[in-house]
Amino acid sequence: MAFIQTVNLGYKREGRDILKNVNLAVEKGETHALIGPTGAGKTTFLRLIDMLDMPGTGKIFINGVAVSHSEKSRLEIRRRMAFVLQKPVVFNLSVYDNVAYGLKWRGLKKHVIREKVNDILETVELVKYSKRNARTLSGGEMQRVAIARAIATGPEILLLDEPSANLDPVSAAKIEDLISGIIKQNAITVLMSTHDMEQGQRLADRISVLIDGEIVQTGNAREVFTSPKNREVAEFVGMENIIDGEVISNEGNMAAISVYGKTIEAITEHGVDEKVSVCIRPEDVTVSLARLSSSARNVLEGTIIWTAYSGPLCRLEIDCGFPLVSLVTRRSAEEMDLKKGLKVFGTVKAVSIHVIARH
Amino acid sequence: MEEIWNGLVRALRLIFTFDPEVMQIAWLSIRVAISSTLIASLICVPVGSLIHFNNFRGKRILISIIQTFYSVPTVTVGLFVFILFSNKGPLGGLDIMFTPMVMVIGQVILISPILTGLTITGLSGVDKTIIDTARSMGASNWQTAVAIIKEARFAVMAAVILAFGRAISEVGLAIMVGGNIRGFTRVLTTAISLETSKGDIELSLALGIILIFIALVVNFAMNRIQQRQ
Ligand SMILES: Nc1ncnc2c1ncn2[C@@H]1O[C@H](COP(=O)(O)OP(=O)(O)O)[C@@H](O)[C@H]1O
Ligand SMILES: [Mg+2]
Repeated sequence: MAFIQTVNLGYKREGRDILKNVNLAVEKGETHALIGPTGAGKTTFLRLIDMLDMPGTGKIFINGVAVSHSEKSRLEIRRRMAFVLQKPVVFNLSVYDNVAYGLKWRGLKKHVIREKVNDILETVELVKYSKRNARTLSGGEMQRVAIARAIATGPEILLLDEPSANLDPVSAAKIEDLISGIIKQNAITVLMSTHDMEQGQRLADRISVLIDGEIVQTGNAREVFTSPKNREVAEFVGMENIIDGEVISNEGNMAAISVYGKTIEAITEHGVDEKVSVCIRPEDVTVSLARLSSSARNVLEGTIIWTAYSGPLCRLEIDCGFPLVSLVTRRSAEEMDLKKGLKVFGTVKAVSIHVIARH
Repeated sequence: MEEIWNGLVRALRLIFTFDPEVMQIAWLSIRVAISSTLIASLICVPVGSLIHFNNFRGKRILISIIQTFYSVPTVTVGLFVFILFSNKGPLGGLDIMFTPMVMVIGQVILISPILTGLTITGLSGVDKTIIDTARSMGASNWQTAVAIIKEARFAVMAAVILAFGRAISEVGLAIMVGGNIRGFTRVLTTAISLETSKGDIELSLALGIILIFIALVVNFAMNRIQQRQ
């Protein structure tokens, strides 16, 4: 059994299923990211793991032991974990006292506490604020206090709920660095939630996608990113082009799929006549003015409907019987003078196409 | 006009020469009010916390009732205490009628609702996530409760000061159960109300100035606390 294991975990609120049959296994020392859109149930799930709320159905095992209903044993297990809540709140006390609180509650000696707290304030670069009231800190600094407070007690399990959401980019990056340092330096098991797919990829060993209270897919970051299991996951991981079609032939997993009168070739196990969706990432669509004589099997001819520049990139949509969004560099877009109404060719390699079943 | 002016001058003289009677009255007032505030705080802050941290049937109604008693007339409490402690009353045997002790008891009853109620309000004002934060950091239920009370400390302190203000400025109760006995149970408010009617304007003015001064100090303390919150 995994270090953290849930079995058919369910949670209802006002008769509505917030979590349904969640089976999740996190191995010891693993960093596991729970990704999913807002409202998917990530916070609810983490609260159940930290035993702040009681599950409606199912069981949670921590290190092989089922979490019981007795408050005493729950507290005992909770004291081996730390949870950084989604909305960082600090006690109306000094930064030092905020970080020391958890240690005091565990009955540690004053000088031990002092040593640990000062050590950790150093790690999170808050030594100079040690005596300041934590309420006067900025959002990013408060989040660092929250993280310091969490790791001060040396937890075996660290739960992080969207640790860098609601922060400005600079603070968010700092928090992410801090977390990444904690993961590397400690033999700690981390379960974090994020709605940022890329953050999940950067930090986690494995990712579980939670949508509408159900885990739709679990796998390593690359797997989830390149081979989403269904349409929702595909949308969530940034497959902007999801086009419905039908398999017309399949020889040795090289399939021809008919989409809106055109044929797209892709690698898939789906058989003839199966209804599928073809997923293509915008960055995998190469745009050219002339038909490319490359090995790429799929060349789609169409007209540009719109272009939108942002920073060094240009996003554009080609109407080739169906809308195809492409992402090219600003430089090449300017070189080709891509603009609305221009006839272009979108080229996609068969291997960059991901095919999912359609229901 | 002249008379008021002369009265004021003589009143100030009474204060600044530390007239023994004036000082004795003021000191008793403060002692009685501080005692009742302290006793009431020791009872009401824990009781308010108990009510806040526990869920039970009728909790809402109980809180409504407590709030209704915020503005209970002092003479009503006076009557109640009088019936309780008078010679023929159920607690008449204690023989404490017309003593500072019974005044303290009366004031404790008078300010208990406001202290309990404002403690509950103060505790409910603490961000709910703070409770989760404390629990997630490994606080037991008891440790969580203490942490929340600590978070609400400014609101609770404000409630205590407000209660003290109500205790020291009330008059109906002090007359009914204290009896305004000179040198024994005579406090600022009872002295003012009775000496004025007897025509001793300068004594009343002196005591009135002291009472206003106490009110100012209380107000100042209150503002300081609210600023820190
Ligand atoms: N206190 C609450 N009362 C009612 N519904 C809630 C409450 N908290 C969360 N929910 C609902 O539960 C679902 C899951 O919420 P949550 O776990 O916070 O999702 P996430 O963290 O993934 O954004 C949402 O539909 C949300 O509306
Ligand atoms: Mg959430």
